Amino acid sequence: MSHSRGMSRRHFLSHLATSSLMAPSAVHFLSNLEVHAAEVSKNRKACILIWLQGGAPTIDMWDLKQGVKTAGEFNPISTAGDLQICEHLPETAKVMDSLSVVRSMSTREADHERGRYYMHTAYVPNPTVVHPTFGSVVSYELGPQRPDLEIPAFISIGGGSFGPGFLGMANAPFVVQANGQITNAQMQGMDERRLQQRLAMLSVVEESFIKSDRGELPVAHKDVYGKAINLMTSDQMKAFKADEEPQQTRDLYGGTDFGNSLIMARRLIETGVPFVEVQFPGGWDLHQDVFNSLRDQLLPNLDKGLAGLTRDLKERGMWDDTVIVCMGEFGRTPRINQNVGRDHWARSWSVCLGGGGLTGGIAVGETNEDGTEIIGKSYLPGDLWATVAHALGIPLDRVHKSNRGRPMKLAGGGTPIEELIA
Amino acid sequence: MPFSRRFFLFSSSFVVLCVIATFAQSEPSIRRANDAVTTRDADPLVTFVDQQIRQAWEDNEVQPSERADDAEWLRRVSLDIVGHIPTADEIETFLADESETKRADAVNRLLDDPGYVQNWTTVWANLLIGRQTPRLTSRAGMEKFLREAFTKNRPWNEVVYDLLTAEGHYEENGAVNFLLGQLNGNPNREDYTVEATARVTRLFLGTQVQCTQCHNHPFNDWKQEQFWEFDSFLRQMRRVDHRKTDPKTGRRIDDFAELVWKNYEGPVYYERRSGVMEAAYPYYADQQVDPAGTTDRRMELAKVMARDDPDHQVARAMVNRMWGHFFGFGLTRPVDDMGPHNPPSHPDVIDRLTDEFAASGYDLKQLIRWITSTEAYQLTSQFNDKNRIDDPSAGEVPLFSHMYVKPFTAEQLYESLLIATQATAATGNYQEAEERRRQWMREFLLIFGGNEDDEPTLFSGTIPQALMMMNGDLVRAADSGMPGSTLHEVLTDERLRSDPQRIQRLYLSSLGRLPSRREATMSQKLISGSPDKLAAYQDLYWALLNSNEFVMNH
Repeated sequence: MSHSRGMSRRHFLSHLATSSLMAPSAVHFLSNLEVHAAEVSKNRKACILIWLQGGAPTIDMWDLKQGVKTAGEFNPISTAGDLQICEHLPETAKVMDSLSVVRSMSTREADHERGRYYMHTAYVPNPTVVHPTFGSVVSYELGPQRPDLEIPAFISIGGGSFGPGFLGMANAPFVVQANGQITNAQMQGMDERRLQQRLAMLSVVEESFIKSDRGELPVAHKDVYGKAINLMTSDQMKAFKADEEPQQTRDLYGGTDFGNSLIMARRLIETGVPFVEVQFPGGWDLHQDVFNSLRDQLLPNLDKGLAGLTRDLKERGMWDDTVIVCMGEFGRTPRINQNVGRDHWARSWSVCLGGGGLTGGIAVGETNEDGTEIIGKSYLPGDLWATVAHALGIPLDRVHKSNRGRPMKLAGGGTPIEELIA
Repeated sequence: MPFSRRFFLFSSSFVVLCVIATFAQSEPSIRRANDAVTTRDADPLVTFVDQQIRQAWEDNEVQPSERADDAEWLRRVSLDIVGHIPTADEIETFLADESETKRADAVNRLLDDPGYVQNWTTVWANLLIGRQTPRLTSRAGMEKFLREAFTKNRPWNEVVYDLLTAEGHYEENGAVNFLLGQLNGNPNREDYTVEATARVTRLFLGTQVQCTQCHNHPFNDWKQEQFWEFDSFLRQMRRVDHRKTDPKTGRRIDDFAELVWKNYEGPVYYERRSGVMEAAYPYYADQQVDPAGTTDRRMELAKVMARDDPDHQVARAMVNRMWGHFFGFGLTRPVDDMGPHNPPSHPDVIDRLTDEFAASGYDLKQLIRWITSTEAYQLTSQFNDKNRIDDPSAGEVPLFSHMYVKPFTAEQLYESLLIATQATAATGNYQEAEERRRQWMREFLLIFGGNEDDEPTLFSGTIPQALMMMNGDLVRAADSGMPGSTLHEVLTDERLRSDPQRIQRLYLSSLGRLPSRREATMSQKLISGSPDKLAAYQDLYWALLNSNEFVMNH
């Protein structure tokens, strides 16, 4: 009933202020570009989150056990880095000098929804506040610094991310299908002349409401329509067209839907988008038949995509500016159940990440012999996101305010993982 | 500046407050639902509210805006009471009406409209269980309960009583869904009823105590102890989920849920920040309840809180929420965070309305009549040069010297599009229409986000929202010109003989007003310049439906 006007709109208006600076004239536009050029080239940092929905059995991927009851069916293999991983990730093994694994995640939320929330936001669910997913935090922090970006600063490919919480809908993930389709972006059966006609009439109506002096909302409306129309006609929309890439590149990523999503993510980042989340197509909730599913479907698909993305980013000189994080909402039980499956497990599991200047080729932390406990220091999602924030150049002392004015620390107050940022 | 203004408001009203308190006590006025007041201006309560609000204008050297014209006002009051814009016919009738009581009459007509029940059912279902219905919670059951309450105009405190004490099957007793929606997880966990405690106090008492769960709030007058005392009233309940096997797939699926009694006796134990454990007994408004297992705690709480409402806190919470509904800003911000830490902008207005609302028997329709007949509610949403500072969206304390622009809610947009285009009139039966509505709401929530704390309003300002309005199915269908639709009617109606008449009709149908001269000229140019008449009218209507003015209640 009340119409809350919190941070979201104010922040949104500051976006508008930035973009209207750019608008007035071509001359102005150019001089702005020059001013920004240095800053823009400095700030191409970005993050790609590869989300393994359902909770991946990281004990069979990144932290294999042998000779114990909890050991799976797979063998560890040596890699280009200083750690071993699963034999069914052979391509990834070849680029493992660039990637690292944190083997000591301990995240206590073993319910899908709660875990998904916790891993995305670095906060446990709480009835008093809705926290922003980390992509929204990046959008909020880095979006305004990229005035040349005509498409949203947080893109979710294949859906499945979380919302912007108290950061407001202006930082919500912009969802696109894996095939690059954007809902409602096409004005069907509308030729250029007619579109112009519509927009001209719209402008008449909007201007007269704005002139009637009713505050800032009517102006904000017109500005967002301007941005939406820009989007519909922007050259940057090409970034969504993964199928424009040469076959060779597509093969590099495995030629799958997942590969195409990752190609799209790379194209988006090249365009200046600071955060892209890619939903892995296919579930990892392997309560049964875990080994066959991994060997036959999930791992080969993930392997080619992850390795392809790493190679491609390196070849293009984007590796040091791009962080990759690959994880789901939790790991899976070391114990193998009667259906040859593994159940939900949040106490000791692994996340794979790399790029963005983070140390590659190492395993951080360790679990005990059967994988049920962490030996030594363990990490929370906040530490992971603090590491990413560090890599992206987002100051860790940033505090956001919830709608109720409560201060919220960046990444749940986590600390960057030392071994990775050294 | 804000500080000094608040100080002004506070000090000036304080004297009056004392006078009124005596007045209100000596002359309790009791009204019933049917006593529709027709001579609105003479209602002493409304006169009092008007005086108070005027006083604040004077204190802050602000001049009120003009009275809204009838078209602007009818659109606003329709959106506020029945949740959608008026039809073109309704506007024409209203504009032609020369009666002096036409605004009061319109309010009464809207209160009797089926849309009133539908709108408030939607508003309260969203508040009680959220737009995204929690698992094993029945929106249908919740809505059935609310529909009945609003149809009969049940006293608000009785509705609260039922929501607090409900027990049973989620469709047989729809009231249970409110509490069911707040319960999940293990019923033996200490925090099982924490969400329910937070929601009950926020919705029905207008206080935010959720933070006091863990610590004494630095500003709030609620202490941690009080949170757990309140929580202890809610301990004797749990949800029971029933599952069944789907005969088609053989899989286990959700069947239904119940809210049932759970044995609980003695205090609730909670941990202070210092680590010390404390005990909290069921205790509310100076009334201690026997903590024995035989006491029905929820009923005891409901008796004191809803039936007796000793400090009129339940009445006050509703008054503030209602005020916020009609003006866009409540008498405190937010409407559900009242207390000494957050003094109201017009203390005497809220006090007096609260007392009278309680005295009326918690009559919601009467409360709406009072609010909609205040002078402030009649004003236009246009600023003038003497009230530019009255801009609560910029953080100022609201003075109500002009109407504030409210972006449409999801439901207002949907219902208004249906009115503007008559899209349903053309196709399908009630059930199909409901299914389409649900489907659209799902898509809408995806794009607009939606938890009840941060209302998805059409216009939180994102590109997907604009794209949906420009290119989405709903607007496209609305704009297709199919038989039965507004567009089709306008083009085929024999009474509309010329383009200007048709253009006028489209403006009335969407924006609820006639076009300005410039708008009429530009529209005419668009129509005349196009070889395809239908296409040209489609383009015009598309522009009207996509405009800022259409999606704002002003």
